[in-house]
Amino acid sequence: MAEPILEVRNLVKYFPLTQGVLFKRQIGAVQAVDGISFELHKGETLGIVGESGCGKSTLAKVLMSLERATAGEVLFKGEEISRLKGAALKAVRRNIQMVFQDPYTSLNPRMTVGDIIGEPFEIHPEVAPKGDRRKAVQDLLDVVGLNPEYINRYPHQFSGGQRQRIGIARGLALKPEIIICDEPVSALDVSVQAQVINLLEQLQGEFDLSYMFIAHDLSIVRHISDRVGVMYLGKMVEIGSDEQIYEHATHPYTQALLSAVPVPDPTGREGRERIILSGDIPSPANPPSGCRFRTRCWKAEERCSTELPLLAVPSLEGPAAHESACHFAAEREVEQSAA
Amino acid sequence: MAKSEESAAGAALLQVDDLQVEFVTRDGVARAVNGVSYSVGAGETLAVLGESGSGKSVTAQAVMGILDMPPGRITGGRVLYRGQDLLTMPEEQRRRIRGRKIAMIFQDALSALNPVFSVGWQLGEVFRVHEGMSKKDSLRRAVELMDRVRIPAAAQRVNDYPHQFSGGMRQRIMIAMALALEPDLIIADEPTTALDVTVQAQVMDLLAELQAEYNMGLILITHDLGVVADVADKIAVMYAGRIVETAPVHELYAGPAHPYTKGLLRSIPRLDQKGQDLYAIKGLPPSLLHIPDGCAFNPRCERAADRCRAELPLLQAVLDEDGADLPGRRSACHFWKETLHG
Ligand SMILES: Nc1ncnc2c1ncn2[C@@H]1O[C@H](COP(=O)(O)OP(=O)(O)OP(=O)(O)O)[C@@H](O)[C@H]1O
Ligand SMILES: Nc1ncnc2c1ncn2[C@@H]1O[C@H](COP(=O)(O)OP(=O)(O)OP(=O)(O)O)[C@@H](O)[C@H]1O
Ligand code: SF4
Ligand SMILES: [Mg+2]
Ligand SMILES: [Mg+2]
Repeated sequence: MAEPILEVRNLVKYFPLTQGVLFKRQIGAVQAVDGISFELHKGETLGIVGESGCGKSTLAKVLMSLERATAGEVLFKGEEISRLKGAALKAVRRNIQMVFQDPYTSLNPRMTVGDIIGEPFEIHPEVAPKGDRRKAVQDLLDVVGLNPEYINRYPHQFSGGQRQRIGIARGLALKPEIIICDEPVSALDVSVQAQVINLLEQLQGEFDLSYMFIAHDLSIVRHISDRVGVMYLGKMVEIGSDEQIYEHATHPYTQALLSAVPVPDPTGREGRERIILSGDIPSPANPPSGCRFRTRCWKAEERCSTELPLLAVPSLEGPAAHESACHFAAEREVEQSAA
Repeated sequence: MAKSEESAAGAALLQVDDLQVEFVTRDGVARAVNGVSYSVGAGETLAVLGESGSGKSVTAQAVMGILDMPPGRITGGRVLYRGQDLLTMPEEQRRRIRGRKIAMIFQDALSALNPVFSVGWQLGEVFRVHEGMSKKDSLRRAVELMDRVRIPAAAQRVNDYPHQFSGGMRQRIMIAMALALEPDLIIADEPTTALDVTVQAQVMDLLAELQAEYNMGLILITHDLGVVADVADKIAVMYAGRIVETAPVHELYAGPAHPYTKGLLRSIPRLDQKGQDLYAIKGLPPSLLHIPDGCAFNPRCERAADRCRAELPLLQAVLDEDGADLPGRRSACHFWKETLHG
């Protein structure tokens, strides 16, 4: 495996919950990201899945230094970056860029496409000296499959898929090594999603990019990812190769998540064994003790409420032997019959 | 429309027939619905599939009588409830049917519920308005309904406000509200799009169970090919304000007869495609202000020929290889035969 380009160690991000207007008292914290560790390797795509509010975007923002970590470390090529400031922070930031979910609101409607894509050059003039900028922007438009003549148009003159391409062009402007894609296609029409996914894959090969790819469409995540991490309520509960996660999941939450995904094939739908979880996701301001999944888990026992299961490789054979945070990690007995 | 479907109309709970809706906008007339026909029977689930802007919601709004008029206007067609045209019947009768017999569930439960009234009050309102129930009785019925859609501790929560419930619970409350008067037909417009998959599974499960119990017709509007495969009996695929294909669910997935449907199904990531490009339908959906001549899909279609650019393909019968009619199957493609059998 390639060397890690990004190492995340026990990363924590809490948002304080305060009360009072004048004299704010902290009465608790939203434990959005609570002790997450993983590595991202050069040239790979790490998919991150999990339900709304589990901390995916917060994780992305901390890695981008858009939010300060409460605790933990982020190492970029071995250098700790989560506490950098000023020029040092600026220099690192260049290497990690982000593509956002919403192509409708993430672009400033009053700026031309050329200004939007070229904006990062204002902060990092060393990448494209002033005289070369127009050319640089047009090259970027070309790379993402947009007509370079569109440089003076405004975002509203583009469709959602085209706007997402503009967002990607902007993400590429500084020639980063890592791109974090936060739900890059969820706002797009089904028939347009595939176009953007193909573009992302093509660019990865061309520029040797590493991706962290956050999405809720599990089939797209599987298609694009080399490895996949599953989050639940601020924790990484399972991580492994796409095959390990999709075919040999050992964490009950991953199993429930996968079984809940509707399969786009009606054949054998009556016989499909589906885990329907009861209850709702607990609040991250007041997560359950022990294992955070225990309130919805059908395997939960006494031990689950007292002892936090750590993300570790359970003593299982073959592809089931990958990191999982469950006291009773095991593959699901009933496998889907439909193929 | 084919003969067989005409005669089956007596059995249909709801039949939309050649419906046309347009919006007058600053930039011109947007033809949002251009002759849509579909039908659903008791106990049956019809999924309406199509991308954003294809006219799925507008069709449903016209059926429910909640279209924005103006700028919208219905320029043609019929909406038959048990054979009677809702568009032409006396206002009083129409209101009774739309209020009691047909109910709608929206995508965004939070904005469909009023934030300043308790959930129990809003659920009870249906009974106070339609059945003249007392406040106390209506609250009792509200608790029953909340129980019915499996809100835990309903009696304690009946006075809570919408924001105190999770997204999945709010959607269940919307379902409860829709069920209150035991309608014959539910139109659910993207009921789970805003929900997480594990919660979506709960809600769809509940909806299917209640539908079976009350033998309701269900029109499920969605763009999720997975949800459709899971619950639909039959499917109507929309593109640019028209139905381009209808088929029973198994047949549609096994062999689409319209290139758009075929393209959609092909663009689903498959396991053996890992490391390769996904199939992508080229181009973009058209603007409704400038729908292409001929077949609206022609600029994006791999099979398009001169005929497709000149002549509008009508929804026509789809035959099997021996020339026998495939019941329930229609395609609006000049080359349906090549698409299905080729
Ligand atoms: N600035 C903030 N202040 C307080 N709480 C926050 C803040 N940002 C996020 N949170 C909370 O942190 C938790 C994690 O949020 P986050 O946006 O990371 O989730 P997510 O996994 O990206 O969800 P989604 O799939 O809906 O995008 C949520 O409970 C959220 O409400
Ligand atoms: N009140 C309105 N005024 C003007 N145009 C409208 C109005 N309501 C809908 N439209 C137009 O009608 C067309 C069809 O819209 P509709 O809401 O039916 O699409 P849809 O298929 O439900 O899409 P989605 O999947 O995004 O919900 C769209 O182009 C939309 O812009
Ligand atoms: S540790 Fe216990 S509660 Fe947590 S997932 Fe495993 S079995 Fe369930
Ligand atoms: Mg997010
Ligand atoms: Mg809609």
